[in-house]
Amino acid sequence: MTQNLQFDDAGRLRHLLTIEGLSRRSILEILDTAESFISVGQREIKKIPLLRGKTVVNLFFESSTRTRTTFEIAAKRLSADVINLNVSASSTSKGETLLDTIRNLEAMHTDLFVVRHAESGAAHMIARHVPSHVHIINAGDGRHAHPTQGLLDAFTIRRHKGAFGKLKVAIVGDILHSRVARSQIQALKALGVAELRVVAPKTLLPTAVEKLGVHPYTRMEEGLDGVDVVMMLRLQRERMQGALIPSEQEYFNLYGLTPAKLALAAKDAIVMHPGPMNRGLEIDSAVADGPQSVILPQVTYGIAVRMAVMALIMGGSAEPAGGRR
Amino acid sequence: MGLVIKNGRLIDPANGVDGRKDLYIDDNGFVIGVGKAPPGFKAKKTIDARGNIVCPGLVDLRARLREPGLEYKATIESEVHAAVAAGITTLCCPPDTYPVIDTPAMAQMIQSRAWRFELAFIHPLGALTQGLEGKRLTDMEALDEAGCVGFTNALAPITDTLVMRRAMEYAATLDLTVFLHAEDPWLRDGGCVHEGEIGTRLGLPGIPEAAETVGVARDLALIEQTGCRAHFCNLSSGRAVAMIAEAKRQGLPVSADVTAHHLHLTEHDIGDFNTQCHVHPPLRGNRDRKELRKALKSGVISAICSDHQPHEPDAKLAPFAQSGPGISALETLLPLTLRLVDDKLLTLPEAIALLTNKPAEIIGVDTGQLGVGATADVCIFDPEARWVLMENSLISRGHNTPFLGQEFRGRVTHTLIGGKLVFEL
Repeated sequence: MTQNLQFDDAGRLRHLLTIEGLSRRSILEILDTAESFISVGQREIKKIPLLRGKTVVNLFFESSTRTRTTFEIAAKRLSADVINLNVSASSTSKGETLLDTIRNLEAMHTDLFVVRHAESGAAHMIARHVPSHVHIINAGDGRHAHPTQGLLDAFTIRRHKGAFGKLKVAIVGDILHSRVARSQIQALKALGVAELRVVAPKTLLPTAVEKLGVHPYTRMEEGLDGVDVVMMLRLQRERMQGALIPSEQEYFNLYGLTPAKLALAAKDAIVMHPGPMNRGLEIDSAVADGPQSVILPQVTYGIAVRMAVMALIMGGSAEPAGGRR
Repeated sequence: MGLVIKNGRLIDPANGVDGRKDLYIDDNGFVIGVGKAPPGFKAKKTIDARGNIVCPGLVDLRARLREPGLEYKATIESEVHAAVAAGITTLCCPPDTYPVIDTPAMAQMIQSRAWRFELAFIHPLGALTQGLEGKRLTDMEALDEAGCVGFTNALAPITDTLVMRRAMEYAATLDLTVFLHAEDPWLRDGGCVHEGEIGTRLGLPGIPEAAETVGVARDLALIEQTGCRAHFCNLSSGRAVAMIAEAKRQGLPVSADVTAHHLHLTEHDIGDFNTQCHVHPPLRGNRDRKELRKALKSGVISAICSDHQPHEPDAKLAPFAQSGPGISALETLLPLTLRLVDDKLLTLPEAIALLTNKPAEIIGVDTGQLGVGATADVCIFDPEARWVLMENSLISRGHNTPFLGQEFRGRVTHTLIGGKLVFEL
């Protein structure tokens, strides 16, 4: 079903809702396209006319600065007209349903919705009910998926570590509530990493997590041993309330990425984080700002990857109109 | 005078009848002869049931009619029409209407509204606590007098164990049956799917199996202590089934039901957020479905119910967790149960018993059987008729069902209530 919903009759990507169901080839096509867009951001005039005349609406039902901004920059670099709408969840629950909101915006001839919503499945629901010329990019739905984050993380790994086939990767932190983790796992499984681990206390590991194709670890000493990539997740501070972890100190002691714990990984391992970081909670500043960190490049690549996804979905071609420079 | 249903295969599990027998009904709507005509009987009307099954009208232990309070979803009128078209002649309505069925007036109002249509009989279930708030007991004796066949807090948990104990003690005092939706509300914690593979994949908050087993364990301990007769609604997990089986072995006065959809669907049917499969308790794993099916055969579960919950279309057009839970299920109750016969799990008489005399026994009514003297509530169905469930053919106002477009075998052709033909295909 995912595949049917995301692809049109000709097998072209129509929406990006989740990485699940994307083939290795489709993912590589997105990464290759992103590669060609990296240079756009380095030019004097950071714009190509690929989506000129198209209207992109960033529809955020959940607040976000970084993701929304990178989508906005990506769309603007492709010359699209961009509208940002922050719809608080409460205003929709007061009356207008999610579908009504979408239909109203659709009536304004929007071409692409970038949707973030606090509920898992929101992007799927919207995609099922928009007409065929409207495209949806999921910018995060509940705990379910954040596919452009998963793609930009894969892009980062490829740029810094090369081929996926020999890599051991560990994802560390709140796997249970993380849409980022699910998209990272699906991307890296499709790209064929040698070994994919998740590391967290049992309270933050979902039931049957191994069915996602990962090896669960509960101790950093074992989970980080010899890995080439360490992907940290953000820990929401409100998790302390639900009896999921006892305190920030204990969490940092056990699962915070310190130089000592990072030393267990391969010598040339890279450290990633989707941001925003909680320094001193999930990651030590010495690591976040250290030589192995690729956290800031991730943000830069995020723009190119989002440009690539928009271009492929709306343009239907892997080659940007301006050609590769 | 009188009506005869001829040439059908009469299956009346309560009376051990399974064979080609004609059914004779008098003008007052009672069965007056089975197999052979009583002396002097002359049929004014004949229904030829050749090739069809004739059985007692179905008894559904749980169907929400949405009236009063949620008439935009469905009404008693719309749903009793759907019920008789599905062969259901008796149904129980949980007390979580608005207002709640916690007074005799409410119980009587629902019955009198239903009687206006002279279609299916509605037996209200009374609230166990006032306003379903889990604090003060209702006037159970008065509600019993007003026609309530059981007492339940429906899906609202009674978190205070002492209140639950007293509710059971009081119900036991009056020899009433308590209907339990056993679930630990803290373990449920806002979950909307089974905590398992699919919930993990889709990032939907899960309800662990332990939410059910902890709830069942608590309630069983209190049943043992109080001697209360209790019926467990809507078992969803294999482990809960095992606990009920053990309680029955120990001689506790307990029974249990399951919904037809839990016997056919699992968490995997949710696919990519199919909100039509959002039900409560959640669809669980393959093993659970297998254990629920086995429990029908072994007798641990003695009723299949629809757990009918009609919704307006918008209720399902929302992100999964925010969509309204439940299935419009009256019209698939019999066909889904007949699939268990096709699957060789049950014989046809066993399947019919789970929809007729066995649920009737749980609520202590004398319907669900067609012996001489019984009220002639009759369901006649063609066991071979193949049909496809289409949205525009649903009679219920709720079109929320995951079975749209599916082919079924077995279709109701006639339904009689008190000897009166109320539905004919």
